[in-house]
Amino acid sequence: MIRFLLKGVLRDRGRSLFPFLVAAAGTFLTVAFYGYFLGMMNNMIRSNANLRHGHLKVMTRAYARDAAQVPNDLALTGVGALMAELDREFPNMDWVARISFGGLLDVPDEEGETRIQAPVAGLAVDIRTAGSPEPGLFGLQKILVRGRLPRAPGELLMGDELALKLGLAVGDEATLIGSSMAGGLAMANFTVAGTIRFGIRAMDKTGLIADLADVRRALDMDDAAGEVLGLFKDGIYRQERIEAAALAFNDRYAGRKDEDLPVMQTLAEQPGMDILFVWIRAATPAIIFIFLLAMSLVMWNAGLVGTLRRYGEFGLRLAIGEAKGRVYRAMLAEALMVGFIGSAAGTVLGLGLSWYLQVHGIDVSSMLKNFAFPMETVLRSRITPFSFVIGFIPGLLASLIGTAIAGRAIYKRQTARLFKELES
Amino acid sequence: MENGAIIRTTDLTKIYPMGEQSITALKDVSLTFGRGEFAGLVGPSGSGKTTLLNIVGSLDVPSRGSVEVLGHKVETLPHKKAAELRNRHIGFIFQTFNLLPVYTVYENVEFPLLLLGMPAAARRKAVLAALDWVHLADRAKSRPNQLSGGQSQRVAIARAVVKKPELVLADEPTANLDAENSHHILRTMEDINREIKTTFLFSTHDDKVIGHLRRKITLVDGRVAKDEPGAAAKEAR
Repeated sequence: MIRFLLKGVLRDRGRSLFPFLVAAAGTFLTVAFYGYFLGMMNNMIRSNANLRHGHLKVMTRAYARDAAQVPNDLALTGVGALMAELDREFPNMDWVARISFGGLLDVPDEEGETRIQAPVAGLAVDIRTAGSPEPGLFGLQKILVRGRLPRAPGELLMGDELALKLGLAVGDEATLIGSSMAGGLAMANFTVAGTIRFGIRAMDKTGLIADLADVRRALDMDDAAGEVLGLFKDGIYRQERIEAAALAFNDRYAGRKDEDLPVMQTLAEQPGMDILFVWIRAATPAIIFIFLLAMSLVMWNAGLVGTLRRYGEFGLRLAIGEAKGRVYRAMLAEALMVGFIGSAAGTVLGLGLSWYLQVHGIDVSSMLKNFAFPMETVLRSRITPFSFVIGFIPGLLASLIGTAIAGRAIYKRQTARLFKELES
Repeated sequence: MENGAIIRTTDLTKIYPMGEQSITALKDVSLTFGRGEFAGLVGPSGSGKTTLLNIVGSLDVPSRGSVEVLGHKVETLPHKKAAELRNRHIGFIFQTFNLLPVYTVYENVEFPLLLLGMPAAARRKAVLAALDWVHLADRAKSRPNQLSGGQSQRVAIARAVVKKPELVLADEPTANLDAENSHHILRTMEDINREIKTTFLFSTHDDKVIGHLRRKITLVDGRVAKDEPGAAAKEAR
């Protein structure tokens, strides 16, 4: 019987081609849109992980509580040993130490007297160590406006706008005045190696990036860091593994009250990130639902037209003894067959486009001229194992629902009128 | 049923409600049809021919009275059982052929056997035999739109008899055919009736059909006005 139905479906374009095209188009859009959305979200996660939070972040408990205030007096100590331990425990992750700091930048005149001062927000990252992932994570080379990356001790990068405001050129010196880890006054001279465009107005006006070793020396934070970030080497965020890792790490210190003990947090626990993850979690069912609804409406329509066109056939089948339920089920089976083939075709096309966008991406740099820092300029799709099946959900369900609604007419058919109907 | 009867209607009445009024399509019709009959319901339009055919074919139920078809009481038969009765034991022939246009002649005839779940080999044998009866074996691969009206109706006959049903109900089977094709069709049905003892019950007001009937039941205003031997029976005598 299935073969018989399949023959009918293949020969009757009205009952196969249009539903096939709808299923294929809907599935294609679902897969492509899902891949693109995932890529975009992945991009945002990667940017946030690279620049601010890592996939995992280790701080002291006290620092974690007031992290927004960057309390360096509560920073982690013994960071070298901690990072060695983390490296051993999580060999597939890169671990980097960072210090966020605030202070005043004092720019001297030719005689060494203060010419101008400005408050700055700085970030200490390991720029100079060979093989450090930090320059890559920040894309420093890409956002460099003038000069070069720091190569010698005491060199830093600063926001191009800040440099212009302070009248600083590449090679000029300035003094950072801040507070040391112990709470004392800290001063250190730096040379501007280059200027960068952060893409975030506040940071362009106040931000600077210095080498970790220099800042440690300046702030008296030897072997200390505000945060130690862990990032998967392949850049892919894996929520479940990360949660398990954080849980296991924190379990080690459970029951102890020392505020200097380290605590590990996931990216999803960081301020503002929870919303992003809620979006990601909600997006998959939302995408499926939207396409399911739209496709179901079209399929319902197609089903109604098809049922009207095949009114005589269904009547005949009822007359010669096919039960209503069987006719209905056969219709659903046909819809599933067409829906499956359409969904498979749409999935192949959608994956093709997603693959292209994953490999080549869409270059949006022209749209992001003033927004270079937190976003990658090439937006890419992302294919996951779920990309292979997501299209089948709306593809098959829409075919089924559309036909199921349209096919109810069969149950309303009065067999008593079949002779008349079939002869009219 | 006793005495080889396959259809028995007893005081069959069918009333259709029409708003506040009602129309009596059949009134106290009591008839019995035996196996192998070649009978026809004749009468003017609105006399109740199609209604009676509907009820005998378990497509409708009586308002009053009783109808027994092949041992099944139609008035108490659930929808599913009624479909099963039609599927297994009754063949239908319609005025407008009603062939499935996307299927070949062979597949159209095969369709009722698929519903019966018959194995492929037996199905093939039965379809070829049915096409032989109607002399269309050479058109097995044709589509309905490649056939003439007469050929289409012969395919419809093959489809109706392929499962060798006890009963074939034919509603105005020659209405869309010319005289030559009508006689050809009727002769085919007579042959099948003789060969496999299928009971044929027609609804018609076509004289060509009436000329082939062995029993003629005249309905007038839903009542049996006459139940007499048909022309064919008279000739045979």
